[in-house]
Amino acid sequence: MARTDVQLMLDVKAGDEQSFELLLRKYRTPLVNFLYRMVRDTAVAEDLAQEVFLRVYRARQQYAPSAKFTTWMFRIATNLALNSVRDNRHRQMEISMDQSVDTGENEQPALEVPDRAPSVEQELVARCRAELILKAIHSLPEKQRAAVLLHKYQELDYDEIARVLECSESALKSLLFRAYETLRVELAPLVSPTVRVDRVPVDRSGQPAC
Amino acid sequence: MFGKDSNEKRCATIESKLVEYLDGRAHPAERHAVEQHLSVCASCRLRAEEFRALWGALDDLPPISPSPAFDASLRARIAAEPARRSFWDWMPSPRLAFAVTTLIVMSAWLSSSPSVTTNPSGMGQAIQANKVTVESDFGMIRDLPVLENFDVVSKFDALSELPVSPGASTTEGTKETR
Repeated sequence: MARTDVQLMLDVKAGDEQSFELLLRKYRTPLVNFLYRMVRDTAVAEDLAQEVFLRVYRARQQYAPSAKFTTWMFRIATNLALNSVRDNRHRQMEISMDQSVDTGENEQPALEVPDRAPSVEQELVARCRAELILKAIHSLPEKQRAAVLLHKYQELDYDEIARVLECSESALKSLLFRAYETLRVELAPLVSPTVRVDRVPVDRSGQPAC
Repeated sequence: MFGKDSNEKRCATIESKLVEYLDGRAHPAERHAVEQHLSVCASCRLRAEEFRALWGALDDLPPISPSPAFDASLRARIAAEPARRSFWDWMPSPRLAFAVTTLIVMSAWLSSSPSVTTNPSGMGQAIQANKVTVESDFGMIRDLPVLENFDVVSKFDALSELPVSPGASTTEGTKETR
């Protein structure tokens, strides 16, 4: 029977390095994705994700499971991300369509593509949509951004997200509503019932949105 | 106009419940209230539909993969951590840490307190004898709950427990406890 995250962490506390490896394998991708979507810089996101694991490792001797492991881990991650965004220590790199098509260097983060090799146009459309979504999420105030990412992509419960963001559940739900309301407007080219998912989205004037 | 105001208020009330409703996590009473409102309010109904479409669109954001060097880089950072284990890391509980702290402080205090003997030549021997006696009499080591009892500790008068060595002055002799 698979051990829970809390049990794995307690085993790390007892000196079992293999349990730490298991936690690393389980959460490195979700953490990197959460942090990348917060800061929009792959190098910074990986640096911050490693810092999260480092802090988890450092705290292993004092670990006491008072909350879910994911709540604790994402709280560390969110605080690091908020500090990084607010300090503006790292240059925000814009992912441009030109870079993704023209350059041989992999400045674009490696996307997990399905097994079927997409056509060039499909890949273009996919990257366009991804770019719009990332840009819209990044336009949100940091706390709304974190709330959306934790709710939509990490699927944390409301009480977990509230603990991570150190707010009440009702405040969190208001935060989410305002965030989705903003995204609904920003991503209108994607949300409209007439949009075609196989075409590059267009804005209100009919021009390509990316 | 009155009806419009009350409808706007209902819209505002429903807004706070909309995300939970669309998540399928609303309580039955709240779910019913939202559905009732959506059946009569076109703008909220449109908003709910667009929220659903938005969530579907957000699913189009593909995940990224950590770089191949991620794990190795993390291990290098962990290996570079200084060895941080201190004496207190061995303490399984704060209460035991407090008990041991108290013991150490009291040992240091007892060993630095004036000897009961005024004989300079015998002072070293007297101190040594006192130390041995004190340590051997330290039933507190065997009975840690005593240290956790503040009433006991606060009333503990170490000097009164020290035996008077032969030929010593009794000026600073034993005191009556309490």
